[in-house]
Amino acid sequence: MSKSTILSSSIGRKFAMALSALFLMIFLLQHFLINLLSVFSTDSFNEVSHFMGTFWVIQYVMQPVLIFGVIFHFVMGFVLEIKNNRAREVKYAKNKGAANSSWMSRNMIWSGLAILSFMALHFIDFWIPEINIKYIQGDMSGLLDPTLPESGFRYFEELVHKFENPIRVGAYCLAFVFLALHLLHGFSSAFQSAGANNKYTKGMERFSKIYSVGVPLGFVFIALFHHFNH
Amino acid sequence: MESSKTENLDKEGVTMKHTFSSTLDSKEPKGPIAERWTKYKNEINLVNPANKRLIDVIVVGTGLAGGSAAATLAELGYNVKAFCFQDSPRRAHSIAAQGGINAAKNYQGDGDSTYRLFYDTVKGGDYRSRESNVYRLAEVSANIIDQCVAQGVPFARDYGGLLDNRSFGGVLVSRTFYAKGQTGQQLLLGAYSAMNRQIGRGKIKVYNRHEMLDVVIVDGKARGIIARNLVTGEIERHSAHAVVLGTGGYGNVFFLSTNAMGSNVTAAWKAHKKGAYFANPCYTQIHPTCIPVSGDHQSKLTLMSESLRNDGRIWVPKHMKDAIAIREGKLKPTQLTEDDRDYYLERRYPAFGNLVPRDVASRAAKERCDAGFGVNATGEAVYLDFAAAIMRYGKEQAFIKGLDEMNETIVRELGKEIVKAKYGNLFQMYEKIVDENPYETPMMIYPAVHYTMGGVWVDYNLQTTVPGLYAIGEANFSDHGANRLGASALMQGLADGYFVLPYTIGDYLSNDIRTGTIPTDTKEFDEAEKSVQENINHFINNKGSKSVDYFHKKLGKVMWEKCGMSRNEKDLKEAIEEISLIRKEFYKEVMVPGTANEFNEELAKAGRVADFLELGELFAKDALLREESAGGHFRDEHQTSEGEAMRRKEFQFVSAWEYKGEPKDAVLHKEELVYENIEVKERSYK
Amino acid sequence: MMNLTLKIWRQKNASDKGSIVDYQVSDISPDMSFLEMLDILNNQLIEKGDSPVAFDHDCREGICGMCSLYINGEAHGPDRKVTTCQLHMRKFKDGDTIYIEPFRAKGFPVIKDLVVDRGAFDRIQHAGGFISVNTSGNTQDANAIPISKHDADKAMDAATCIGCGACVASCKNSSAMLFVSAKVSQYALLPQGQIEATDRVLNMVQQMDEEGFGNCTNTGACEVECPKGISLENIARMNREFMKASIKS
Repeated sequence: MSKSTILSSSIGRKFAMALSALFLMIFLLQHFLINLLSVFSTDSFNEVSHFMGTFWVIQYVMQPVLIFGVIFHFVMGFVLEIKNNRAREVKYAKNKGAANSSWMSRNMIWSGLAILSFMALHFIDFWIPEINIKYIQGDMSGLLDPTLPESGFRYFEELVHKFENPIRVGAYCLAFVFLALHLLHGFSSAFQSAGANNKYTKGMERFSKIYSVGVPLGFVFIALFHHFNH
Repeated sequence: MESSKTENLDKEGVTMKHTFSSTLDSKEPKGPIAERWTKYKNEINLVNPANKRLIDVIVVGTGLAGGSAAATLAELGYNVKAFCFQDSPRRAHSIAAQGGINAAKNYQGDGDSTYRLFYDTVKGGDYRSRESNVYRLAEVSANIIDQCVAQGVPFARDYGGLLDNRSFGGVLVSRTFYAKGQTGQQLLLGAYSAMNRQIGRGKIKVYNRHEMLDVVIVDGKARGIIARNLVTGEIERHSAHAVVLGTGGYGNVFFLSTNAMGSNVTAAWKAHKKGAYFANPCYTQIHPTCIPVSGDHQSKLTLMSESLRNDGRIWVPKHMKDAIAIREGKLKPTQLTEDDRDYYLERRYPAFGNLVPRDVASRAAKERCDAGFGVNATGEAVYLDFAAAIMRYGKEQAFIKGLDEMNETIVRELGKEIVKAKYGNLFQMYEKIVDENPYETPMMIYPAVHYTMGGVWVDYNLQTTVPGLYAIGEANFSDHGANRLGASALMQGLADGYFVLPYTIGDYLSNDIRTGTIPTDTKEFDEAEKSVQENINHFINNKGSKSVDYFHKKLGKVMWEKCGMSRNEKDLKEAIEEISLIRKEFYKEVMVPGTANEFNEELAKAGRVADFLELGELFAKDALLREESAGGHFRDEHQTSEGEAMRRKEFQFVSAWEYKGEPKDAVLHKEELVYENIEVKERSYK
Repeated sequence: MMNLTLKIWRQKNASDKGSIVDYQVSDISPDMSFLEMLDILNNQLIEKGDSPVAFDHDCREGICGMCSLYINGEAHGPDRKVTTCQLHMRKFKDGDTIYIEPFRAKGFPVIKDLVVDRGAFDRIQHAGGFISVNTSGNTQDANAIPISKHDADKAMDAATCIGCGACVASCKNSSAMLFVSAKVSQYALLPQGQIEATDRVLNMVQQMDEEGFGNCTNTGACEVECPKGISLENIARMNREFMKASIKS
C-alpha cells in the first residue's frame, strides 16, 4: 500500500489548518497590542505603525507569509467543509447537535465566512490604501503630507477617521463577535489537531477562553474608544 | 478441603442397562498423560508449506475458537474462508465474556500447575470429561496468555507492570487473567486482529452476514457448505477440503439466555443431521449471577460476571415473614440485620463459600427461592451484597491513608471507590437495566442459561464422526464435562483454535495434497442446495398466523420448566411430547413475512428456531437417559439427603446421539470415560 | 405504561429511496429496553402481514457493537454511555414522538431500513489493525516485558471500542477518527505495537480517507455519544503518531 502524502490526508490537512491558525492567532495578538497603543499614546502608535509598515522583514517576509496563511486557512476551510458535507449524503430528519457539541464547533464555516467578509472590508479600508500609498504612489514617508515633515505621521489620523461612521463601527464590532465565536472553538481545536492533548490541556483551554474573548473584546473596545472620543 | 469419601455408587446396586449401538473411539494417545500431546504432535502427518496453498478450509463462526483457528490456519498457509452471520467477525458472542481466562502460569506463586488446572477442570466438570483433552487444554493454557500479550491484548497489570490475576469459582488458586470486565472482548479483538492480518494478506476471505445452512458430504467426507447471504438472500455453494465449525452453543433453545439474539444451533444441527453425533445435549450451564427477568417483554438475560462473587455475598432473608415483606415492597434489604440474613452459600459450603462452582451456586439459589425466600416481585431472585466488601476495602484504605477507620461515612466512600475501580462497569450496567444503585442496595440476581457443555461429539483431533468435519470451542461437546468452571470457556476456545486444531487438522489434510479444488457443480452440492431451498420456500410460502418468536418462546418455556435447573422423568417425558407438538404446529402455523431474496431476519430466525425445536427434543431425551445428577444436569430422583448432586458410576460415559429422522429416534453411542490420572471422588466444596 | 408515536426510516434496500413512516405502539413498560419496544412493534407488523422494521442487534448487552440507531437526533439515543440495546424506555415519557433513523454516513450505506453496512471499519482494520505475530506457542513469556499500569490501563481504555459507529453517526462530518484513533492508540501505547507503528498509522489513515469519511473538526460529539467513553485524547495521539510517521517515512 502506498503512503499518503501529508497534505492529501485528512490528518495532514487538519494539521496544516491548525498550524495556519496558530500563526494567525499570533498575528492577531500582535495586531491587537499595536492597536491598543493607539488608546494610550498617539506617538508610540504612529512610530510602531511606521516601523511595521516600512521594515523590510515585515513587509517582504512576514506580510507575504501572512497573506498566504490567511488564504490557505480559508481555502482549506472551504475544501474541508465541502469534503465534510459530502461525507453524509442523506441528512438526518432529526438531529440534536446541541446535545453533544457547542454551537461554535458546529458552525466554524459561518463564523469563518463572517470574518472573511469583514476582512474584505478591512482590506478595502486599510490595506489597499496602504499598498496604494506605499508601493504605487511610492510614498514611504508615512507622513500626513509627504512634502511637509512637520505634518507628522498619518497612521493615527487614518485610524481615528475610520471609526467615525457608526455603521462601520457596528459592523466592525459584529465581526469581532464572530471572531470570538470562531476562536472559542478554533483555539483549542488547533492544539488538538496538532496532537496536543495532555495534562496541560485543561490550563490551555482556560487560556484559550481568555484569549478568544479577551482579544476580540479588546478590538471592540478600541473601536468604541475612538468612535466616542474623537 | 477435599472430602475423603469415595464414589457414591448407586445404593440399590442396580446396574443400569442402556441399549446403545457402539462404543466410540476417542483416538486418545496412550502413555503418561503429561507427554501425550507432545508425543502425538511429533508423530502426526504434516502438510508441507508448498502444498498448504493447494488446500482450502472453511471455518464457520468467528468467535474465539473460529476466529483464532481461521487466523492460525491462514498463517500456516491454507486458504481459509471464514463465515459469520454478524456484520463483522469482531461481533461474535465470545465478545460478551466478562470475567477472565484461566491459565496455569502460577504467576502468583500460589501452587498452581498444569496438573492442578487439569484436576480442577475435571473435578469441576463432575468427572464427565475426557482426561487427555483436559490435560492438553491445561498444558497449552499458558501459551494462550503469551500469544495474546504478543498480539497486544491489554490484560490488567499491577503496579510493577506484570500481569494481574483474580480468582474464580471452584478453585483454590488465582489463575484468572482479565481485562477489566471485558476479557472476552479483548481476546476476541486479539483473534480478530490476527484474522485482519491474514485478510490483508489475502489468505482469509471473510463472508460476513452469511449463514451456513448445510454441510455438503462428498464420498463420506465433509467437502463444503451451503450458505445464505443474509443481505441478498442468495444461496451460495462453497467447497473446501475440510470444514471447521466454531459456531458456539445452543443456550438459546431456552429462548431466554445470556446468549446473543442470533446465537443458534443451526450449523451444529445440520452437521448432526449429516452424520455428526451430538454429545451430551443435556449438559447446560445455568449461570448463578444474572439479572432477574423483569417481565414478558424480556428478550434476553444479562449476565453479571462471576468475578462479582469474589467480593459480593449472596443471601436471602432468614425468616419467611421478611421475605414476604420484601416481595411486597414493605421492607428494604438494607433494613435487615445480619442475624436476619441467610448467607446460604457460606452456610452450606464453608470452604468455598460464595465461590462455589456455578452449578452448585445456581441450584442453591433455586432451592432457596423454591422454598419461598426469593426477594423480587416474582420470588425469583436472591441478593448479591457488596456492603461488607465496601466496608472492608474502606477500612483498608482509611488505614493506608491515615484516616479515621471508625468514621463510617469516610470508610464507606473509600470502599465504594475501590469497588468502583474493580467492578464499576458491571455496576453501571446493572443500574442502567434495573434502575437501582447497587452501591446503596444489594443487587438482585437469579440463575440464567449461559453455556452449553454438550455439543457435536469430537475425538482427540477435534474431528466429528464425519471425516473432514471438525468442531471447536463451545460447539463441540467440550472439555468441561458436565459443568464448566468460570473463565474456562475463553481458554478452551482459544486453545482449540490457536493450538490444537491447526495441528490435528494437518494430519487429515495431508491426504488431500493432490485432491485439487473441490468442484461445486456436483450432485452432492445440487442436492444440498435443493433441500435448503425447499426449506426456505416452505417458510416463505407458509401463510401461517404466528410469528417465529411465538414458537421460540413456547419452546423456551417448556425447556426452562421441564429441562431447566432440575429435571425428572415425568417432566422430561412430557417435554419430549410437547416439543414434538410445538414443532408440528410451527411448520403449520409459522408466519414469515417478506421474500427469500432480500434481507429477511424473520426468515433467518425461522430456520434457527426449526433446528432448536429438534434439538430441544433430543436434549430432553438425553436428560431422560441420564439417570444421575452430574454438574449442570440435576435429576430430582438422584440427590443426596442434603440435596447435593449424586453421580452414578454407570453413567461415566459420553452419550453421543446419531440422527435417525425424528430426534426422539436418535440412536445412542457411548464413549466410556476412563480416569487414570485422577481419582473419581464425590465432588465436594464443603 | 406508555403510548408512543414512532417515526421510523423505512427503506426496502440499498437502491430504494426510503422515507420516514409513522407507527403507534401502546402499553410500553418503562422497564423494557428500546429494542424490546421495537420487538413489540415488529410483532404487531408481522401479525398484520406487514414487513417488520429491520435493525441490527445481537448481544443486547452493550458489547458486540451490532446495534446502532439514531434516536431522536442522537446516536444510541438520549442516555449516555449506553448502546441502543441498553437504552431503557424509562428515558421516555408517555405520548412522546420518537424519531428512529439509521446511522448516516457515506461510509455506512444503508442495507435495509435501519441496517447499515459498516464494512468500512473492517477494511480499516485490515489495513493495519494488528500486530504481526504468528501463533507459535513459543512467543516470549507474557511477563517478559513489563508494561506500566498507566499505559496498560490507557491501552485498555482505547481498546474498549466496540466499533459500533456512533462516532461517525454523531459527527457532523461523519468522521471516523475516534474509531481509528482508538485502535491506533491501543497499539501505540504498548511496547508490542512499536515495531509496526509507522506503517500502521499511515495505512489505517489512508484507508479511512478512501472510505469517504469526513475530517475531524474537534466538535467532540463523538466522545459524548460514544457508548464506551473513548476519549478525544486518542485522536490527538493519532494525530501525533501520524505526523511522526509521515516525517519518518
